[in-house]
Amino acid sequence: MTRWIEIGALDDIPRLGSRLVRTPGGNIAVFRTESDEVFALDDRCPHKGGPLSQGIVHNKRVTCPLHNFVIELASGQAVAPDEGCTHTHPAKVENGIVWLSMRQAAAVS
Amino acid sequence: MLDKVIKQKLVVIGNGMAGIRTVEALLERAPDLYDITVFGSEPYGNYNRILLSPVLAGEKTVDDIMLNTADWYEDNNITLRKGETISMIDRRTCEVVTEAGERVPYDRLLVATGSNPIMLPLPGKELPGVIGFRDIYDVDRMIKASTDYRNAVVIGGGLLGLEAANGLMKRGMNVTVVHLLDTLMERQLDPVAGGLLRKSLEERGMVFKMPAQTQAILGEDRVTGVRFGDGTELPADLVVMAVGIRPNFELAKKAGLYCERGIVVSDTMQTYDGRIYAVGECVQHRRQTYGLVAPLFDQAKVCANHLAMKGFATYDGSVTSTKLKVTGIDLFSAGDFAPGPDKEEIVLQDANRGVYKRIILKDKKIVGAVLYGDTIDGPWYFQHLRDGTDVSHMRERLVFGAANLGEGGVSGQNSVAAMSDETEICGCNGVCKGAIVKAISEKKLFTLDDVRAHTKASSSCGSCTGLVEQMLAFTLGGDYSAAPKVKPLCKCTDHSHDDVRRVIIEQQLKTIPAVMRFMEWKTLNGCHSCRPALNYYLLATWPGEYRDDQQSRFINERVHANIQKDGTYSVVPRMWGGVTTPSELRAIADVAEKFNIPTVKVTGGQRIDLLGVKKEDLPAVWADLNDAGMVSGHAYAKGLRTVKTCVGSEWCRFGTQDSTGLGVKLEKFMWGSWTPAKVKLGVSGCPRNCAEATCKDVGVVCVDSGYEIHFAGAAGLHIKGTEFLTKVETEDDCLEVIVALTQLYREEGWYLERMYKWCDRVGLEQIRKRVVDDITNRKALFARFAYSQQFAQTDPWAERASRGVDRNEFAPLAELELA
Repeated sequence: MTRWIEIGALDDIPRLGSRLVRTPGGNIAVFRTESDEVFALDDRCPHKGGPLSQGIVHNKRVTCPLHNFVIELASGQAVAPDEGCTHTHPAKVENGIVWLSMRQAAAVS
Repeated sequence: MLDKVIKQKLVVIGNGMAGIRTVEALLERAPDLYDITVFGSEPYGNYNRILLSPVLAGEKTVDDIMLNTADWYEDNNITLRKGETISMIDRRTCEVVTEAGERVPYDRLLVATGSNPIMLPLPGKELPGVIGFRDIYDVDRMIKASTDYRNAVVIGGGLLGLEAANGLMKRGMNVTVVHLLDTLMERQLDPVAGGLLRKSLEERGMVFKMPAQTQAILGEDRVTGVRFGDGTELPADLVVMAVGIRPNFELAKKAGLYCERGIVVSDTMQTYDGRIYAVGECVQHRRQTYGLVAPLFDQAKVCANHLAMKGFATYDGSVTSTKLKVTGIDLFSAGDFAPGPDKEEIVLQDANRGVYKRIILKDKKIVGAVLYGDTIDGPWYFQHLRDGTDVSHMRERLVFGAANLGEGGVSGQNSVAAMSDETEICGCNGVCKGAIVKAISEKKLFTLDDVRAHTKASSSCGSCTGLVEQMLAFTLGGDYSAAPKVKPLCKCTDHSHDDVRRVIIEQQLKTIPAVMRFMEWKTLNGCHSCRPALNYYLLATWPGEYRDDQQSRFINERVHANIQKDGTYSVVPRMWGGVTTPSELRAIADVAEKFNIPTVKVTGGQRIDLLGVKKEDLPAVWADLNDAGMVSGHAYAKGLRTVKTCVGSEWCRFGTQDSTGLGVKLEKFMWGSWTPAKVKLGVSGCPRNCAEATCKDVGVVCVDSGYEIHFAGAAGLHIKGTEFLTKVETEDDCLEVIVALTQLYREEGWYLERMYKWCDRVGLEQIRKRVVDDITNRKALFARFAYSQQFAQTDPWAERASRGVDRNEFAPLAELELA
């Protein structure tokens, strides 16, 4: 069963921006798109481990600040021709509150 | 509910490079606009016709040169009807008719029927063994002939003829090339280069008969020989006619479309019937026809744009370059090199080394280039040719190439062709030559952007761009499609930096979404390239009005520190003119200990760098530094960085002026300003130049009688001494000129374009005129800079350390105990 955890208000994440959630298993980056969708990914670029939460968000993608890998927020996949995948976590917004599911332990890193 | 929209029908006649490139570009812009059907006469998919020569020479296989697989057509819902020929276009009913009589309707039609080889009307031209050189079928026949027969005659000493001859020779045939004129490749080469080429081909065993006119092809059941105008004869079992190509426009002409030497098209690639477009070798545009790939790609882009109903792109012709694809022979030719009264030539000839270079200039610009033996600088000359660069300032060294001008970058000295596969090309990303060549040929890459995306080479600092372009040219030959003349700002738009800056002012656009809407951005929120650029342009254009968009800032400028490889940050407080005090040093030492900062390092810009600071510690670190009177050094900014000084007349026995004081004054006036790229200053107290001012963006060299102002230097990716701008007598004048210069750069530079690149682009004289000579303009520039500083000179550290700006940025949203 999915266990949802309340992590904060949607308004505390900037549009086209991201905030960090610290967990014992590693950092999770929570992104907010222009249309107020939220996505949660491990805060590690599959390329060289760059903190994705610090990247520029555009549409439903984020560009890693270290070497410009572009990651799809929905799938965690690097945009071709780059290769690699970052672990994603279910996230949702209800009444302005952001929820994260810890279905699996975060990054095993 | 009708959820299925009836799409318009696009029919493409011709499954060649031009037609399919257009379709690819169209799918990028408007993936769902059309139902697309492609007709191709040849029984193959789309292949790279230009690489037929290497196939003939046995250096590549047919599979190597296929461009689009059956899957590609399927994945993109394109109906490919290969092996089917269109026999008629019925414009009245908007249908095409196949040879089998089937009628297929269209809303838009794209004609890309290419060209046919010219077959000379000689007696005997129908004999078996007489062929053109145009498609896979011809190559197959030539390969077969080379196993069964001995003697080949190639008619035509142009690019195609020589490549065919080379291929046949490699397959073991005795080859004679017959050419009407006395210079080989006379359309691309001058007599000297033509002679060098002939000599090296002869050394490989090729035989030439030239000038010679072919009169008849001899034989009864099959070709047996060739007779010439002078009565002599040559035995031949195979005759290849490679005298040129003729645009294939029969079908269009029959349909009543206006044709001259090709299908006549407008700047939007439309024929006289607005529903019908044409691209590639079959068209005639502004009286020109083209037989090379790069122009076809330019046309494809424009045509796709129009088909996608974006409607703003126009094609205004292409300048082309040629490279002979004969392994081991280096030859490059571009532009117009016919002699003329208004043209000047620079020639370098070294017979021993087999090197010949001829650069043709007109109005201080390169208009043509012929290179033989050493073609490493071909792409570089071609770039300047297309950009119309004023080359007068580098004229005396021009013929020696980019490396000699310091433009070759770190490893630009070596010819790519001579490098081993293990040679590292891209030092930033560790990419070797072999990997790049492999990616180009296996993944069928055509452009610099393709190579960057697939290999990462040239995608970081860019200093190996020239080498990568050479590798493209080298691997693909004439196939290489260099970057377009006017570079779009990024992939989200077709507009250039200049267009964007102009429109922002003309249309009074004041937010990023407004710019994107007005200029029809292709993406929803842009990307990591265009958003920071737009943010800067708006900030520089509307000081005090535009609200800086933090989410469009690269992380360093958003958190006012430099991100490091492990996600920590570095912090550099400002040290005005490189001068510090015991109390500042004490405060830095205290901060380093208090926050366990692992590395403290002296920078090249005369300040101190604290490395390895955790993001959440940043505000507290700044608060402590602020308390000691220090502010942000903007070491992370596309803005004013350091002003490096020497001690000057205050201490130095050679100092002529107070260089330290002037440096501090400049820094205090200019700090906090945002610029297109970083700006570093230097002030030296005498010509011994201890502050190394003459390789800075702006440098001052003090002399006894005043201040020499230099600018446009670089000491990073490129090493370049500064240009002398002017000399002034007082510190105030010095400040005014430097500030005005910086403001002009702020207003005209492209985002991420360093000052020296900007100077190269717009020209030193232009800049001097507006900053030095026109005093009214100088004062106006100065005033605009001063105005914008009112809004820029707030210490970003203090705002965040004690005034709570961007508090969310530095703290996690939540801390979870349990996973």
